[in-house]
Amino acid sequence: MDNLNAIELRNITKRFGPVVANDNISLQLHKGEILSLLGENGSGKTTLMNMLGGIYFPDEGQVFVDGEEVTIRSPKDSFAHGIGMIHQHFKLVDVFTAAENIVLGLEGDKGKLDKASIRKAVREIADRYGFDIDPDQKVYNMSVSQKQTVEIVKVLYRGANVLILDEPTAVLTPQETDKLFKVMRNMKKDGKAIIIITHKLHEVLDVSDRVVVLRKGQYIGDVETARASQQSLTDMMVGHSVSLNIKCPKAEECKDRLRVKNLTVLDKEGVKKLDNVAFDAFGGEILGIAGIAGSGQKELLESIAGLQKLQPGAEITYISPEGEEKSLVGEDPLDIIHDGVLLSFVPEDRFGMGLAGSLCINDNVMLRTFRRGKGNPFLDKKYPAGVAEKIVNDLEVVTPNNNRIPIRRLSGGNVQKVLVGREISCNPTLLMTAYAVRGLDINTSYTIYNLLTEQKMKGVAVIYVGEDLDVLLELCDRILVLCGGQVSGIVDAHSVTKEEVGLLMTQFRKEGAENA
Amino acid sequence: MHEHHEPLIRISKRDGISKPRAWGIRLIAVVLSLIVSAIIIYSLVKMNPLEVYASMWKGAFDEKSLFTQIFTFSFTPKTWYFIRDVMILACISIGLAPAFKMKFWNIGAEGQVLVGCIASAFFMINFAGKMATPLLFVCMIGTSILAGAIWGIIPGFFKARWNANETLFTLMMNYIAIRLTAFCVSKWENPPGSNSVGSIRYQGKERIGWIGDMFKNDNPVKFGNDYMWLVLIVLAVAVFMYIYLRKTKHGYEIAVVGDSENTARYSGIRVPNLYVRTMALSGAVCGLTGFMIVSAVDHTISTSSADGRGFTAIIVAWLAKMNPFVMFLISVLLVFLDKGASQIATDFQISEYASEIISGVVLFFILGSEFFINYKVKLGRNKKEG
Repeated sequence: MDNLNAIELRNITKRFGPVVANDNISLQLHKGEILSLLGENGSGKTTLMNMLGGIYFPDEGQVFVDGEEVTIRSPKDSFAHGIGMIHQHFKLVDVFTAAENIVLGLEGDKGKLDKASIRKAVREIADRYGFDIDPDQKVYNMSVSQKQTVEIVKVLYRGANVLILDEPTAVLTPQETDKLFKVMRNMKKDGKAIIIITHKLHEVLDVSDRVVVLRKGQYIGDVETARASQQSLTDMMVGHSVSLNIKCPKAEECKDRLRVKNLTVLDKEGVKKLDNVAFDAFGGEILGIAGIAGSGQKELLESIAGLQKLQPGAEITYISPEGEEKSLVGEDPLDIIHDGVLLSFVPEDRFGMGLAGSLCINDNVMLRTFRRGKGNPFLDKKYPAGVAEKIVNDLEVVTPNNNRIPIRRLSGGNVQKVLVGREISCNPTLLMTAYAVRGLDINTSYTIYNLLTEQKMKGVAVIYVGEDLDVLLELCDRILVLCGGQVSGIVDAHSVTKEEVGLLMTQFRKEGAENA
Repeated sequence: MHEHHEPLIRISKRDGISKPRAWGIRLIAVVLSLIVSAIIIYSLVKMNPLEVYASMWKGAFDEKSLFTQIFTFSFTPKTWYFIRDVMILACISIGLAPAFKMKFWNIGAEGQVLVGCIASAFFMINFAGKMATPLLFVCMIGTSILAGAIWGIIPGFFKARWNANETLFTLMMNYIAIRLTAFCVSKWENPPGSNSVGSIRYQGKERIGWIGDMFKNDNPVKFGNDYMWLVLIVLAVAVFMYIYLRKTKHGYEIAVVGDSENTARYSGIRVPNLYVRTMALSGAVCGLTGFMIVSAVDHTISTSSADGRGFTAIIVAWLAKMNPFVMFLISVLLVFLDKGASQIATDFQISEYASEIISGVVLFFILGSEFFINYKVKLGRNKKEG
């Protein structure tokens, strides 16, 4: 009977200090099925899978592969049992080709590298499952989706029968996601068992046979996908009913708030990260920015915030609610503060830019306000403590204390809440957010959407860089699509379809390739 | 039955530890280190470890009970030397604190101290008796601080402007300072041909510029001397630095830059300016230490005026996690081990290198204890819960 299960976990428990990440979890993965592992961030999905991948070792419980109890102590053990894990962050050597990455770390025959046969084997795998891969392409020339393909082919080449994909679609366009799902179905036909970790419900319904839901480290249950709906899965995930609608009311009047023209930015190597970008942002509107990761979103927001070196000719004009115009070109963040521009910015890289990880919540909230009291050399610690208290209460931040524990120790969702909360607490007139809900659970994501909408209704110009197209379409008024640093379109969010935006996201890239 | 393998040792990060427990672990480390040293002493040289420890104690505080010394306010000369060395080491460490907190690796304390020495010695030699003594002190202190600050600003500026590696830069500045000192020594040589400056006295006898002599007659502090001044100055510097780092906007900016330069830029902190400003402060405190070495300790100048303490201070600052007050404790430990090692060497006629083994063992255990404060180690199998 056991042989029906490719993998069985029995009573697995894993603790990190006082935190129970997985509490007595049992689950089965049948042969030839695609199983979705669904749960909010921090529900223990990745921890559980890391125990199969040999990254963690369970505190308690047993693991069975093909009905045999096994001990997985390292990624090597995991491979030996035919388990292949594709992590969220790819682990490839940039200067190697796809084929070289695929055989990396394998023992060859007497140290020889038989490139021809590797290439042949890679082609075979690619043909069998419908991958689109060139074994001789160097990794640094690849798009994110191509890199992911290399990772998948790598584990197949090593003979994996069970594949674990950790949020594989987070970095893909809708078209690329469809392609991945097609490949996954082919693998299933071939008898492979697949676990896909995700929190995008429509993907779960689209690709999987069965869904297992985790919540706060506990096993909630499993359902056949055929008998599940978005609403029923959400209720399982969150534990109570949530409304899945984002309100997108129309603001009464939209005032010009930011005018950007001729914005070009080069990176350190002199490559154009932004190419002649122009757009307007209005108060009372949420302007969405869509694009594949790395299309220039980061540089765009940083340019406005005074953190990038602009090429000559750029124009960035801020128009205050009173109608006063101010050019932000050539100003650093301190100049912008001194100009009285109430600009808030939630950057993509939380600890690399938005926060200081070793400082406590209070001190991080202080980052925006510590200059209060001109001429006084001493810090006013009381004011930020009050603001922090309010953020913690309003956004339900889970923390042992506000003034001692380094913020790095909080979970990703709580960290993000503090960051977003701080930026909104400054009463901005222009609010820029990059992936504001990344890593947040559904509840908190909706809290943030509501906060952004609230800001918009107050007349704030909101710029929202997002990755989930469904959310972008629902939340924003207009969407600016970036592709390879260029604006490939600015569309009305209420009338455009997801596929149209997806197409814009990839449109300019082809032209760029021709030029190169 | 299937045998369930588990790792023999499990190491996990602690989620924070209470202060008494942390100090308990450190205390255990010290006791253990003494036991291990005792075993080493006995097995290597067949000496009574207790006698050796007593000798170390004597090296630092002399034979008179330290308890009596403290409560009668009369320290033996050895104890004063001990206090003096602790103060100098702690002061340099305090100077390093702001730079290190900013993650600016200032390895140049040695040089910054030396240029401070040069400035003080310059005024003592050339202006003693030619200006009012209080004014002389103002000039000595002022120029020492200034010289140290300049020596700190130079690498700070290069880092700010061209992102020059500060570790190498500050290190090389040390050698420039040492050569500069050598040049000054040859210039101020006294008596000629001795290749040293000798005790700096006005017209060969008057001690002008010796801080301990300045208020000698009306000094209200009974045990006042050169070294008492050290204690007062260094304590003041420690209090200042503690407040500066924790309570001021400047200190906050330093903490943010030390955590993430990009976060600092994002919040409007001008990082290059901060490099220069903080290195000026760091160098200034080291320069002030240079003044104290010349005016209160050596009363002369040589290329070994700093005597490697600019480097030892790096360890002190690091172990104290940039807390100025903890730096005193660490300095006490290091100076004690150092003095103890020389005393053993004399008392038992062994090489000083042999006695330094004890210092090594003690430091090893104390550094090692930090691991147990940060991590939990579990041995053996987990109990299965029924």
